[in-house]
Amino acid sequence: MLKDQDRIFQNLYNDKGSDVSSSQERGDWVNTKEITDKGRDWIINEIKESQLRGRGGAGFPTGLKWSFAPKEVGSRPHYLVINGDESEPGTCKDRDILRFEPHKLIEGCLIASYAVQAHVCYIYIRGEYFVDGQKLQAAINEAYEKKLLGKNAAGTGWDLDIYIHYGAGAYICGEETALLESLEGKKGQPRLKPPFPALIGLYGCPTIINNVETIAVVPTILRRGAKWFASLGREKNTGTKIFCISGNVNNPCNVEEEMSIPLKELIEVHAGGVIGGWENLQAVIPGGSSMPLIPKERCETLKMDFDACVEEKSGLGTAGIVVINKDQDIIKCMARIARFYKHESCGQCTPCREGSGWMWRMLERMAKGDATKDEVDMLGDVTNQIAGHTICAFGEGSSWPVQGLLRHFKKEIEKRNNLDPIVQKKNNIPYLVDQHLLDKKNA
Amino acid sequence: MSLRRPAKDQPESFEFNASSLEAANVIVAKYPEGKQQSAVMALLYIAQKQNNNWIPLAAMKYIAKFLDMPYIKVYEVATFYTMYNLAPVGKYFVQVCTTTPCMIRGANQLVEACKEKISENECELSNDKSCSWMEVECLGACVNAPMMQINDDYYEDLDKQKTLDILDKILNGETPKPGSYRGRVNNEPENNRKTLMDLKNA
Repeated sequence: MLKDQDRIFQNLYNDKGSDVSSSQERGDWVNTKEITDKGRDWIINEIKESQLRGRGGAGFPTGLKWSFAPKEVGSRPHYLVINGDESEPGTCKDRDILRFEPHKLIEGCLIASYAVQAHVCYIYIRGEYFVDGQKLQAAINEAYEKKLLGKNAAGTGWDLDIYIHYGAGAYICGEETALLESLEGKKGQPRLKPPFPALIGLYGCPTIINNVETIAVVPTILRRGAKWFASLGREKNTGTKIFCISGNVNNPCNVEEEMSIPLKELIEVHAGGVIGGWENLQAVIPGGSSMPLIPKERCETLKMDFDACVEEKSGLGTAGIVVINKDQDIIKCMARIARFYKHESCGQCTPCREGSGWMWRMLERMAKGDATKDEVDMLGDVTNQIAGHTICAFGEGSSWPVQGLLRHFKKEIEKRNNLDPIVQKKNNIPYLVDQHLLDKKNA
Repeated sequence: MSLRRPAKDQPESFEFNASSLEAANVIVAKYPEGKQQSAVMALLYIAQKQNNNWIPLAAMKYIAKFLDMPYIKVYEVATFYTMYNLAPVGKYFVQVCTTTPCMIRGANQLVEACKEKISENECELSNDKSCSWMEVECLGACVNAPMMQINDDYYEDLDKQKTLDILDKILNGETPKPGSYRGRVNNEPENNRKTLMDLKNA
């Protein structure tokens, strides 16, 4: 288990309060000027050396992202945008940072803004977190009072203003370009990339977008050194991470742990074990609902980090672990996730807009046992037509959980759904609909 | 995508009152000059708050003029985002999360409780018109499942009886205390905390 002094979020459970003075006792805002005095290149290099990867789901190296910002500010100002639109089912880590460790985030904003030469920072918070957003606003107001923000913020000589922008219940705004559209006061529909936001982002200006957790760990990394951060976890998967363990466990909780911690340890030690014992485990979703599930056999040895999860054909994502035990109907669970994606598709790309509904309706039928044998393969076909054929990565996000179900629980689906197909003879026609019209014998 | 339609009965006109106007001006000032369109989401919230928890078409027209942008763009935003209510929802708007992490911990019991206490169907006002309920997608409090949101507040770690008690309170016009209903502190593992114990005991 990670030593307590190596935990970055000391106030994760709000033992000490979140105001400036108690944050200062935990080490925030102590020597911000010393850090910025070392210069932009030092900060970016240190973050690169720490091998910090984005905590929002994709795991892109943060230092590299910052280095994409133009070196000189041209006619267009630079912006820093913080993504707090946490809506991935299974994930609730950013909420605790917003309400209990706001000063880690605010100080991180100042340092990151300095590094990418931004004078304005927008924090995009999902609308449902209004109360938590108000707590962050109170912390920002306090920071302004103490001259930690505004002109010559915290004595660093850098001017910074932070504004909160609330979303309004759209999951898709967690995608960075959709978030920018939403910030500009439009529908949250993702943009095509390239151009990447680092060059053409908010209002057409260079914009760096980072997750709340990514930015909140930055000050501690710079204080304690990249070497310390890189010594935790393993190569390319360094540092600590807040894991959210929900679902069928005895003590669902958020806990900060070292990267590469075994999944079994997380569940057994911190979350009090699976309800009904480890033997009652059916499957685990390792990183929020868009990551494919992992069946029990593989959970025994799985290490929780980016690369180990990819080896299991899944992903660490946001580290929102959903534990599903054998009392649950796994097909129904996935059907509900498919319904989530059907509801949250932004409607811009046809494969995702229509396909997410198809997947949901087919899975609902499969859960009831009303589907035919051939529909199992048809479902796989639908997922393949969505993944990779949409503007943003959420097309993959909606089809991966279904693919995961098909990969590991195909037998379960086939056992329940053994109706004969309506069309007996196979015609090699690449369309799913109206095939029976061509097959006169069975029409 | 979710299908959303504005209510049939619409008020004739809408205008910000003094306090809304002040709040709106503060928000517009957050964005660079000429980019006031960014404020549309926040202004829709203000309109929703002023108008009893829902946004009439007249308010969208008013906001379009206020921000000097086309009405259709405001309409687009208001119909795209699900947190803008386009029809009356009552003084207390109950949203029950039923996405998988909540579902496997028994969110259907919360739905049953809402059906018993408020109305048989979703998005239907209760008899006294004070409240309505709706199933929503993940509210981002998965380790506190099952949970629901009433207006701005989260009610966590619920079961059927606790939900019935909360709904009784709001139907009586009271505001129940938000937070966990199993007495746990924030997101810590109940009775099983193994980390940061020095801080807890200090």
